[in-house]
Amino acid sequence: MRVLVTGVGRYLGAHLAAGLAAHPRVEQVTGFDSAAPASPLRELLDEHQVPVITGEVRDVAVALARAGADTVAHMGIISTPGPGGRAAMKEQNIIGTMQLLAACQVSSQVRKIVVRSSTAAYGASFRDPGVFTETTPPSLAPRGGFAKDVIEVEGYVRGFARRRPDVITTVMRLAPMVGPRAETTLTRYFSLPVVPTVLGRDPRLQFIHIDDALDLLVRAVVEDHRGTYNVAGEGVLVLSQAIRRAGRVALPIVEPGLGALAALVRTLRLGEFSHDQLDLLVHGRVVDTRALVAEFGVRPRSTAEAFDDFVRGRGLHRPGFAPLRPEAVEAAERTLVTGLRRLGERVGRPADHSKAGDRPRAGDRRPAEVTR
Amino acid sequence: MTRPRKTAAAASDGPTVRRRRPAAPTRRSTTADGLDSANGRRTRSAGTTVPTVATTSADGANGTAPAAEESTAASTARKNGTAAAAGTDAGWADGAGADDWEERAADLLAFLRRRLTGRYEVDEFGFDPELTETVFYPLLRLLYRHYFRVEVFGAHHLPAHGPVLLVANHSGTVPVDALMLSVAVHDETPTHRHMRLLGADLVFRIPVLSEFARKSGSTLACNPDAVRLLTSGEVVGVFPEGFKGIGKHYRDRYKLQRFGRGGFVSAALRTGTPIVPVSIVGAEEIYPIVGSITPLAKILGLPYFPVTPLFPWFGPLGLLPLPSKWLIEFSAPIPTEGRADDADDPVVVFNVADQVRETIQQTLYALLERRPDPFS
Repeated sequence: MRVLVTGVGRYLGAHLAAGLAAHPRVEQVTGFDSAAPASPLRELLDEHQVPVITGEVRDVAVALARAGADTVAHMGIISTPGPGGRAAMKEQNIIGTMQLLAACQVSSQVRKIVVRSSTAAYGASFRDPGVFTETTPPSLAPRGGFAKDVIEVEGYVRGFARRRPDVITTVMRLAPMVGPRAETTLTRYFSLPVVPTVLGRDPRLQFIHIDDALDLLVRAVVEDHRGTYNVAGEGVLVLSQAIRRAGRVALPIVEPGLGALAALVRTLRLGEFSHDQLDLLVHGRVVDTRALVAEFGVRPRSTAEAFDDFVRGRGLHRPGFAPLRPEAVEAAERTLVTGLRRLGERVGRPADHSKAGDRPRAGDRRPAEVTR
Repeated sequence: MTRPRKTAAAASDGPTVRRRRPAAPTRRSTTADGLDSANGRRTRSAGTTVPTVATTSADGANGTAPAAEESTAASTARKNGTAAAAGTDAGWADGAGADDWEERAADLLAFLRRRLTGRYEVDEFGFDPELTETVFYPLLRLLYRHYFRVEVFGAHHLPAHGPVLLVANHSGTVPVDALMLSVAVHDETPTHRHMRLLGADLVFRIPVLSEFARKSGSTLACNPDAVRLLTSGEVVGVFPEGFKGIGKHYRDRYKLQRFGRGGFVSAALRTGTPIVPVSIVGAEEIYPIVGSITPLAKILGLPYFPVTPLFPWFGPLGLLPLPSKWLIEFSAPIPTEGRADDADDPVVVFNVADQVRETIQQTLYALLERRPDPFS
């Protein structure tokens, strides 16, 4: 199996290429991107002896031929604009996909394409059903560049699958990725000391652990899984819950002020909040993962587990940075419970009950459970 | 302070076995009693001298199965209205004063800790059983018991387990009837089931309201969500009249409005879920609508802007609902098993919808005769 991985200049593409290079069934992995990967990713690719071809989006046909690939992993769909801004992002997402599919269509070697998509394709609005399955169409055309790109890309992929039914086409709709090593707008968002939220909204969020996402992508490339799959951890965290699990404090902002806030965040270079991400923070998005579990036979870490691992791995509970970290809350609770007990003793109670401390109490036993 | 021993079931969010001590006998013998760990609710057996009421109440995380396993003692205690105020203090403590007071405070603190550290569960629709049972229901119960004095008939028509679709008449300007119905379903079923409401998209457009709607178990009234909830065996509540029912003029009170497209019937037929018609008397009088300021409604994007004898003239006072007397009747279920093929047949769907509508209308008339004075 000879694989061409597009988008190796970014985390997901580079790590997928490395993961595939280490897989026994893969003979050769070639990377492609418009720019050469930067430092930590370059070393990773070098270490796994993945050659990288760089060129403009239309050069992907050349790369496909040079790599002699029979399988394509299309990771070159980016969710946040790079240095070239939105225009370059759109160029890469849309034109890049069209060029790649055109090259694949005339190729006699290619027998499988795995495309990285996103659950952003479903949009997020108040008119949406609570849980999206792979067949749910978005009820409103989503705003935001990335969501639009994803929908368009998936349209091209569907067209390709119709024209070349002999090629196995897999679309992996990834939920927002978290993990100790993931570096996305959302992971930066949850790392802020005070996390801005939307007043009166508590959206349901779902995450996928980035390591699980990579494992599933490797399997999608190496094995045959035709179709479209939602890739997310089971279960749901609401935003306020996630913020508290990160030990953070939320700062609710009225909805009309959101655009201004996003602009401020952009100006301060804290990250790039697109319209679809803002919609996500208002309406939330939950997808059904039964198809994924049935087809791949594994359960990725649940949303809560993935998020907790991210919080641990990032050290978000560092003292002084997280006012609501569990230890602080438990300490406060213990103090209060002890105080209450003292108070109770002073008020007085039957003699055989007065030996404080040697019997389990609701309040002071429970914190111990949580720290496990 | 010494560190207490951990119990075997010391799982962070899941089921826990709480110990409590008997009042008189040996100090150290502990017994477990019925306790819903996740919602911090404590139920106690009648006398503290009863040495063992060993009930490990389960789960509570999703609030579906657990209550079934509770001992009868526990559920009786709860039904007596004593455990109404979970974590708060609306008095079940009549036994050993200081101890109970302390434990209740500890419960409340433990609840706050779980909330502050995010250690609670919500389901995929955003339903938060702990918050609903600990905060929402106790508050609503004050209205339910003391203000509207709700009386429930036919509660035996509600199954203890498995899916059921409740179809009710809608009235009252503000969907208080939906809230009271969910309290009725929770308190009148031995398994304390949670009704999952299907709400209009307007609800999910409005900030704050959308948040509370999701947390209390509502979701958008659409076929995929209805089918999904019914397939997972939930109690689903719908008000097919929608805004036509809730926003109708006071002179049209207790006249059922049109039932929309009958989507609820399709969902029930597709999943073989019995339909229980529900008739609610009392909600019509809480905010009697005598007019609507249509231009204002248009500006605000609302289906109507109500004018009642008190609103908007008296400002905040107009928001106070009138203390009508409420009756809720659950009628006999309409079975739908084995009719999945009919789900797409409009004739069948409309027929079943009419049958439900007629049942509710007739029951409403019968209930009104039992309640001659709306404010009795």
